[in-house]
Amino acid sequence: MTLAAWLAGVIFLALNAYAVLGGADFGGGVWDLLALGSRKERQRELIAEAIGPVWEANHVWLILAIVLLFTCFPPAFARLGTLLHIPLSLVLIGIVLRGSAFTFWRYGADEEQRHWGMVFAIASLITPCLLGTTAGTIASGALGEGGGPKGDGFYAIYVAPWLSPFPLSVGLFALIAFAFLAAVYLTLEARERELQEDFRRRALAGGVGLFLAAVVALLLSLDGAPRVRDGLIFAAWALPLHLLTAAAAITALAALWVRRWRVARVAAVTQVSLILWGWALSQYPYILPPDLSIASAAAPAATLRLVLGALALGAIVLLPSLYYLLRVFKRSARLT
Amino acid sequence: MSDLLAARSQMAISLAFHIIFAVIGIAMPLMMVLAERRWQVTGHAIYLDLAKRWAKGTAILFAVGAVSGTVLSFELGLLWPRFMEFAGPIVGMPFSLEGFAFFTEAIFLGIYLYGWDRISPRAHLWAGVAVAVSGAASGVFVVIANAWMNAPAGFELVNGHAVNVDPIAAMANAAAVSQTLHMTLAAYAATGFAVAGIHALLLLKDPANAFHRRALEIALLVGAPAAVLQPLSGDLSARHLAVHQPVKLAAAEALFRTQPGAPLTLIGWPDVAAQEMRLAVEIPYALSLLAFHDPHAVVQGLDQVPPAEWPNVPAVYLSFRVMVALGGYLALVALWAAWLAWRQRDLAHHRWLMRAIALATPMGFIAVEAGWMVTELGRQPWVIYGVLKTRDAVTPMPGLVVPFVTFTLLYCFLGVIVAWLLYRHIIRSPAVPEWRGFYMPGGGMRDAGGGS
Repeated sequence: MTLAAWLAGVIFLALNAYAVLGGADFGGGVWDLLALGSRKERQRELIAEAIGPVWEANHVWLILAIVLLFTCFPPAFARLGTLLHIPLSLVLIGIVLRGSAFTFWRYGADEEQRHWGMVFAIASLITPCLLGTTAGTIASGALGEGGGPKGDGFYAIYVAPWLSPFPLSVGLFALIAFAFLAAVYLTLEARERELQEDFRRRALAGGVGLFLAAVVALLLSLDGAPRVRDGLIFAAWALPLHLLTAAAAITALAALWVRRWRVARVAAVTQVSLILWGWALSQYPYILPPDLSIASAAAPAATLRLVLGALALGAIVLLPSLYYLLRVFKRSARLT
Repeated sequence: MSDLLAARSQMAISLAFHIIFAVIGIAMPLMMVLAERRWQVTGHAIYLDLAKRWAKGTAILFAVGAVSGTVLSFELGLLWPRFMEFAGPIVGMPFSLEGFAFFTEAIFLGIYLYGWDRISPRAHLWAGVAVAVSGAASGVFVVIANAWMNAPAGFELVNGHAVNVDPIAAMANAAAVSQTLHMTLAAYAATGFAVAGIHALLLLKDPANAFHRRALEIALLVGAPAAVLQPLSGDLSARHLAVHQPVKLAAAEALFRTQPGAPLTLIGWPDVAAQEMRLAVEIPYALSLLAFHDPHAVVQGLDQVPPAEWPNVPAVYLSFRVMVALGGYLALVALWAAWLAWRQRDLAHHRWLMRAIALATPMGFIAVEAGWMVTELGRQPWVIYGVLKTRDAVTPMPGLVVPFVTFTLLYCFLGVIVAWLLYRHIIRSPAVPEWRGFYMPGGGMRDAGGGS
């Protein structure tokens, strides 16, 4: 593997971390929106307590991925920024509203709290859809030179690539995946049996929903994302990967069924991560299929070497700090 | 509105909005840590209340700063893809380091805000220190990247492409030291005086209120030294500009003609069409003296470049004057307060000083905004000085006025909410009756005794 490929791997790892950590914070917002029944205020309180200390740190994974992308693969960043201007701007509005509304909700006075809670929840619903749509557009191959716009109007260049069935199905998939992860984590956060059961049911529903969304996305990829389709069906690594992913998915559901929460958490994270890496492998060695490759988009070697060094140094500071954060706040809760 | 102007306006609004939160994010954690340390040393509950309120303020402001900073990192690509395609490999390094510093800040802020009763007092204080240090570091890294746009280094230009890229040399660019120093001091001065000003205003009504007295002390401790040092760092910046960014200095001083023994204009209005100052009141030789520490030195004027490559001279000239005047006011008030404190006077009962500090509340932030106007408008028409023009860097997407208006409305809305929340939860006097009228003679930082 080349230096550039390693760095592309690191960027994808940051995105993977964002999906399973930051994604779950969005998922928490989805369950806030869907809070039901007599325990709905307690559900919301649990979600807010789980998200509060960690959401900003979790959010930084996305920023890290972005700065590494524009440092190491600037042409890819420039193309993304140009062609996905509209969905990315909407993602930003979602991120701004989600983050600030959450803070206003937690620090606001009682009477306006529910309004901010609503803004937080709705932004948490829309942002993952748009993030997933962005990923789906990349996978569809519409952003490479060769996959360029079919036509030259504003709509053909700046809207059509992402406003089409396959990218939108990936958006739906991302939403359900984030909600599924959040529900699985919340079974471990809950300190009351009833709340644990509430989120167990949601996690089981999310797991089934995730399977259905995956089937829809895969069917749409037949026409909408030929590279992904070929990778996921015909590549040598496809079958083992599918088997592993299926095993993780079944383990997650089974563990939820028998209330083995920790096993469920590990399996759910593994499942979502494997799906992400399946996507990455299917389009390797391209950053923006069909033709912008890792090698051709890479920055000069001097830059890549330094960034790798900075990553190593940064990791020395970052990983112990992250471990400390999670140890302080995410020690398993005792049931009362 | 042209697409270029819309893109520039959106970037300007995003920066102007974010810089307020970034600046507070650098200085507020320091104040919160100082208050917590005072609490641990004195055991006086008033400091704990102060630390918790400032932590709450930091939480609200940091969240808005974090999300508006995310917007900026994306906007670099959404609005200026050709700039990033060129600059990314050269100057992405400080952005990556900033990413790590910001990460550390977010992690320890989470620990600080939610860990009051989960970790030991010592660990909690150190978490606050980690927030303050990494906040300052992330500011420094971002300003280094901006300094590179003003004084590009670390590459050679061959047929419009950068070769022999050296990111370390890019970070060590000529503007890096003066700009990071100036901005970091500005963060402490602006935040310190904003907080001090609010509490001075409340002390004018209630000079014996112990809560506001303690808040004022710590805020001045952070803001006043920075405000006094700032003119010295400004001198460093001016001398850097004179050598490396002469057009920006010429625009800031509206010096149309290259000349030895250049005068400093105190009052006057630049007439760009006629290329001269109207109604000018000048100090002879002063600009040469300030720029080169030599009254006869030649200062380059705007005539060194064709008028098509001039920045907006009146805007840069005016912004520069606003920045210097407000910064100068803060420095004078800081010296005055230091003099009175040295004479062991009770600052809170000194009504004129309290009025002067209350008046200073918004000044640091206005000076920061004006300073960024100088450095950003003063570089135009270049986005990378002498290398890439702003108009060649903008995205080809049409209709940019739509995102500009959308983000402007979003930021106006958020600004109003944040101001209201801060008023409600941070600034209002606490409802502890005994702290009202908790008067301890002597003032200063020495009288922290008393029971809680």
